[in-house]
Amino acid sequence: MKLNELTVKEANEKLTKREITSLELTKACLARIKEIDNKIKACLTVCEKEALEAAREADRRRAKGEAGELLGIPCLIKDNILTKGIRTTAASKILENYVAPFDATVVKKLKEAGAVILGKTNLDEFAHGASTENSAFGPTHNPWDLNRVPGGSSGGSAAAVAADMCLFALGTDTGGSIRCPASFCGVVGLKPSYGRSSRFGLIAMTSSTDVPGPLAKTVEDAAIVMSVIAGQDKLDSTTAGEKVPGYSQKLDSIKGLKIGVPKEYFIKGMEKQVEEAVKAAIAKMEELGGEIIPVSLPHTKYAVPVYYIITPSEISSNLARFDGIKYGLSEKDAQNLAEIYFKSRGKGFGPEAKRRIMLGTYVLSAGYYDAYYLQAQKVRTRIIQEFDRVLSEVDILATPTSPDTAFKIGEKSNDPMQMYLEDIFVSGASLAGLPAISVPCGFINPIGYKENKMKCGDIEGNKLNEKQKSGAGGLPVGLQIIGRRFDEATIMRAAREFEQATEWHKRKPEL
Amino acid sequence: MKFSKKDIQHIANLARLELTDEELKIYGSQLSDILNYIGQLREVDVSGVEPTAQTAGLENIFREDEIEEWDEEEREAALNQSPMMENGFVKVKRVLE
Repeated sequence: MKLNELTVKEANEKLTKREITSLELTKACLARIKEIDNKIKACLTVCEKEALEAAREADRRRAKGEAGELLGIPCLIKDNILTKGIRTTAASKILENYVAPFDATVVKKLKEAGAVILGKTNLDEFAHGASTENSAFGPTHNPWDLNRVPGGSSGGSAAAVAADMCLFALGTDTGGSIRCPASFCGVVGLKPSYGRSSRFGLIAMTSSTDVPGPLAKTVEDAAIVMSVIAGQDKLDSTTAGEKVPGYSQKLDSIKGLKIGVPKEYFIKGMEKQVEEAVKAAIAKMEELGGEIIPVSLPHTKYAVPVYYIITPSEISSNLARFDGIKYGLSEKDAQNLAEIYFKSRGKGFGPEAKRRIMLGTYVLSAGYYDAYYLQAQKVRTRIIQEFDRVLSEVDILATPTSPDTAFKIGEKSNDPMQMYLEDIFVSGASLAGLPAISVPCGFINPIGYKENKMKCGDIEGNKLNEKQKSGAGGLPVGLQIIGRRFDEATIMRAAREFEQATEWHKRKPEL
Repeated sequence: MKFSKKDIQHIANLARLELTDEELKIYGSQLSDILNYIGQLREVDVSGVEPTAQTAGLENIFREDEIEEWDEEEREAALNQSPMMENGFVKVKRVLE
């Protein structure tokens, strides 16, 4: 096995036993990036020099007797999270040459823990999208099928983890941006509760739902990373004081858990094979001792319309700071101050950012505020109350992460409405601030792959043959598990046991 | 809701965005579609429901209003991002004609 293919846990064990060094591990990841990223385009910036230096430093710390689950572990960071001295672009022309003077709190915490930052990953511009096609620097390609999108907006991070360019990556989730790409790329993605991890140093999109979290190869790895990045931060007054448990120590069984299955998450029009795979996963959790309880969340269908009022509103406000004055693209050919604003913003923002800024500007404008924004915040309250009520009766909810699997590049990019509907199963937990995780639960055969037809869901006791292990002809499906506010521990516990009882996470794309 | 080119131009002015003719046309039809879709929220009964302000359940978080010295190197790195500087200040173009 190549070093870059290790999980965080395995690498830490080998580092602890002095079988490998962080320098070797880091070099293996950098070599993998060089080998395949011209095809996948997951990275916007690779900082080889800084990474090698950080790896040597981690090795020195270990030589002195220091230990730590992330000490010397190479990772990638989504490019809307600030990294001191290393370019942060948000995949936008308006920030193409921006270099942050400080680290985001989550980056600072990773560095203190000794993680090695390899570079920055691609995203939809300012995290606006579900496919990573809205990047000003071109789309990322899905490692399972290079003609398809990796999901978004943390598509670069998910694709990089799936293709073993790093051991884990950071993403941000505003309305599904960690979970959707995790599902499309067949990796684990955890969106923590709102306020569980600091937003300081994230380029703000929707301040009332933005939250950073890990994309990883296993649930246990996600738990290890989460334990490091979680916690109250005096630089983000919306972070909660709730105690951060040692997540990786709490991964016991599903037995006795009450698992709610909301009927509104299995709808007409969703991909049949996704439905089958998720239902098979739920049956597996029952077999493992979970109690399956049908529940109803009737306001689910309003989550997307609420999200697409609140999000553009906050975006129109948050993106007002990009004005060509203090940093970022500044149009030289302007006669006065107003012209600098108009021209820099007109030139610097891509189509989706402009669309959202205008939508937000409109729904917040005099005469429309009550009808749109205020109404949306009231319906949001209904959505939250509904989740809270159901989650007082069950411990977790199990749903599909997405109604389909990775679609083709270009298939939906001309129709913003089609793209927004991708968020149908993920936006609810974001609006309510609840923790949610996506974990691989199967593979489907996209049309045209009939020659490799294999059964969805449970295949021969979940043991894979050689061909299936290589993932030939399949696209990953994600199971979403939603939990109570600040109870990341329980969703990870359920996800972990499901993962260990199946072999979906062991499959690798053939590149 | 159907947006005319003039409506879109007005919204773009409010948002300080210079748009091309082509953009004005495309955004008109796309924003109309999106608004028609989100308009379905009107059918939800929200009588007696408070609008959401936040989900973390936190109450006022206070801190002392103290001046903290900023690292000189970081300060310079921040200011050097500005396209126009003079004597340590960010310079802007004429505001009034």
